[in-house]
Amino acid sequence: MTEPPGGDAPPVLALRGVSKAFGAVQALRDVSLELFAGEAHALAGENGAGKSTLVKTLTGVYRPDTGQLLLDGEPVEFHSPADAQNAGVAVIYQEPTMFPDLSVAENIFIGRQPRAALRRIDRGAMHGRAAELFKRLGVALDPEQPARGLSIADQQLVEIAKALSRDARVLIMDEPTAALSGAEVTRLFNVVKALREQGCAVLFISHRLDEIFELCQRVTTLRDGTWIASEPVAGMTHDDLIRRMVGRDLDALYPKLDTVPGEVALKVHRLTREGVFTDVSFEVRRGEIVALAGLVGAGRSEVARAIFGVDRWDAGSVEVNGRGLPAASPTAAMSAGLALVPEDRRQQGLVMEQSIERNIGLTGLKNLRRGPVISRAAERDRARDWAIRLQLKFNRLSDAVNVLSGGNQQKVVLGKWLSTRPGVLIIDEPTRGIDVGTKAEVHRLLSELAADGLAVLMISSDLPEVLGMADRVLVMQEGRLVAEIPRDAATEESVMAAATGRAS
Amino acid sequence: MTAVTAGRGGRSLVDLVFRARELSIVAALVLLVAVTTGVNGNFLSGQGVKDIFLNASILVLLAVGQSFVIITKNIDLSVGSVVGLVAFTVGDFLAADHGRGIVFAVILGVAIGAVCGLANGLLVSFGRVPALVVTLGTLYVIQGLDHFIAHGRQINAVDLPPALLSMGNGGVLGIPYLPLIAVLVMVAAGYYLRSYASGRDFYAIGSSPEAARLAGLPVRRRVMTAYLLSGGLAGLAGVLWLARFGTVVADAAGGWELQVVSAVVVGGVAITGGVGSVYGAALGALLLTTITSALVVLKVDPFWQQAITGALLLLAISVDRLLALRVARILRRRNARHGS
Repeated sequence: MTEPPGGDAPPVLALRGVSKAFGAVQALRDVSLELFAGEAHALAGENGAGKSTLVKTLTGVYRPDTGQLLLDGEPVEFHSPADAQNAGVAVIYQEPTMFPDLSVAENIFIGRQPRAALRRIDRGAMHGRAAELFKRLGVALDPEQPARGLSIADQQLVEIAKALSRDARVLIMDEPTAALSGAEVTRLFNVVKALREQGCAVLFISHRLDEIFELCQRVTTLRDGTWIASEPVAGMTHDDLIRRMVGRDLDALYPKLDTVPGEVALKVHRLTREGVFTDVSFEVRRGEIVALAGLVGAGRSEVARAIFGVDRWDAGSVEVNGRGLPAASPTAAMSAGLALVPEDRRQQGLVMEQSIERNIGLTGLKNLRRGPVISRAAERDRARDWAIRLQLKFNRLSDAVNVLSGGNQQKVVLGKWLSTRPGVLIIDEPTRGIDVGTKAEVHRLLSELAADGLAVLMISSDLPEVLGMADRVLVMQEGRLVAEIPRDAATEESVMAAATGRAS
Repeated sequence: MTAVTAGRGGRSLVDLVFRARELSIVAALVLLVAVTTGVNGNFLSGQGVKDIFLNASILVLLAVGQSFVIITKNIDLSVGSVVGLVAFTVGDFLAADHGRGIVFAVILGVAIGAVCGLANGLLVSFGRVPALVVTLGTLYVIQGLDHFIAHGRQINAVDLPPALLSMGNGGVLGIPYLPLIAVLVMVAAGYYLRSYASGRDFYAIGSSPEAARLAGLPVRRRVMTAYLLSGGLAGLAGVLWLARFGTVVADAAGGWELQVVSAVVVGGVAITGGVGSVYGAALGALLLTTITSALVVLKVDPFWQQAITGALLLLAISVDRLLALRVARILRRRNARHGS
């Protein structure tokens, strides 16, 4: 597999010496990449390494400052996403951009619907062709249903159907698996493997290294906008790849410190929210990291939301440091010392347009008040303290958080909540969509916080993270707590068995 | 009802919801007419019905144009001013020489409207200024222009060529021209939006502008087209206004933009874009006009008309929101079943 699978044929799509700058920031510097028909090619790199910029260059969203795009060996320029699509380049984003008000079939064929006489849309043909595509992909979707309400996995399949309908020769997948459950990932991979065998070139981006090794033949690594290597996956180890991405050996990715659990900080007793989760009881002690594992949709985030008072619970009780919490009151939860770092930082964790200092200050406006007004100076001091403690990478504290990378955004959310000096931290998917370097930092931070006596409840779909970080693993399945596994007994097999209901 | 349709398919469910909107407007109309006729038998007299249709026609034309704009997630507040400007300038033009043909007058009116629409469209799609601000600005600019041209004068029916006035009040086979024109425009627009690829683009853009851009749809061109159509139809409405009323002062249709937006939203075109039909919008316009006439017949203080329009608008928006939530929940449940 040292030779690219294309043989003598030129790469379907290639970048040669491409650079792209945004203002003073050099996003790509002299980057080259070759995609051959029939190969799945991984693009690896930390957040901010330039992967997204590269994808947008390939898809006609950005135009390179210097360098060339080659299609079948011939120089080509994409002036718009439409140009790239017409050239057979299709892209599937982590969160597909759909038209929620249009039908699934229209989402596939928008702008090029099958025509009948007088150039009218031939709806029958459109629905028929959509149904055919879904049959080819082996999925059961109704072409006539509206796209609103489709799961992210189904939306991605619609996007793949769209790519198929265009006879796409290059399929670019930008972190397609980040929001999928295990079964959905398997289904997606089967589809992608079939496409590759049919001669499609696939560019695959994922932070889950296992997936790169499972799906791809070659991998190109970027670091700080620079090309590092393009090489076959076979023969590489995880550590090799991480070293290429980070440019140094990582400290252990899961720096768990041993702690002695203290008294019970959070006690959840027979908590039930009808139709969502049932009879959930557990305790988290000071100094402990307890992971809540399970498949997507098992009700983990919902339990966290109910504990924090975002959603109402129907039965049961929650105690923090021995005192009961009222239902559905985030204010009471906060003053009792609970903090919740939500799963979706863009939607739930941050005010994206506002500055770093404003976001960090948001949870403590009471303490930042001087008389009736918020003190900007106090806000800034507080933000600076936490930015330093969390090793946040930023230009100015007054920058909007939407310019930060995903990992740094997560640090801002952490700072926002840690600055309330919580006794119990609930953190939902702490490292989703975060590069390995920052991931290790977040883990180190959680570990230190626990060692300082914080009780941490961590929800995670990342099994290695669960196994590496947790003192105990609680497993949920279909709204019920089905297993509690101590650190020593927790293995990938034991947790998955419990999560999928194969446990004895 | 919804539970049964949910099993059959999301599409039929959604169709039903929108048809439900159109049907409920028809039901409201029937109820309104029945009650009013019960109180005062003259309401359904030939002249009464004819007046309603004549008055509604102009609003329908504006509502059709506005639908294009709102479906793309934008808004056009300048249409009232455009109607005023066109009515006055075309009136002025015709009053100067009765020999000038009315076909030419119509073309002139549409052209003036289209130029206004072009200005809106350019600013919104290329200038990337929010539509609300742009069209609020052009509302005042066009109004000012109108006042400047009118200079306190007034166009009177006696100054206008009879051919124009007969277009406003005459008809063929007992059917007045105005509603005929309005229905023709509505059907053509409705057919285009539903059955042509470029027509579906408007919905796609309003549904998700970002996705439309990534899908390579000509977003700016479509938004331009929407404003051009809204402006052009406002121009046509201006000429018809002149033909219908004969007497025109500078701010003839001042405030109409809000009636138009109300009609469109009451008719089921979502103010957030991507949803609705021109048929619904036209029915909304007919309903608002009928309410006005009914209140006159019922001898209710005209002040109440505004309050009722407002209440209807709030009702429509609440119903939309409720239905959207319900549909979303049903779809989620269906998809959850698919997935497992």
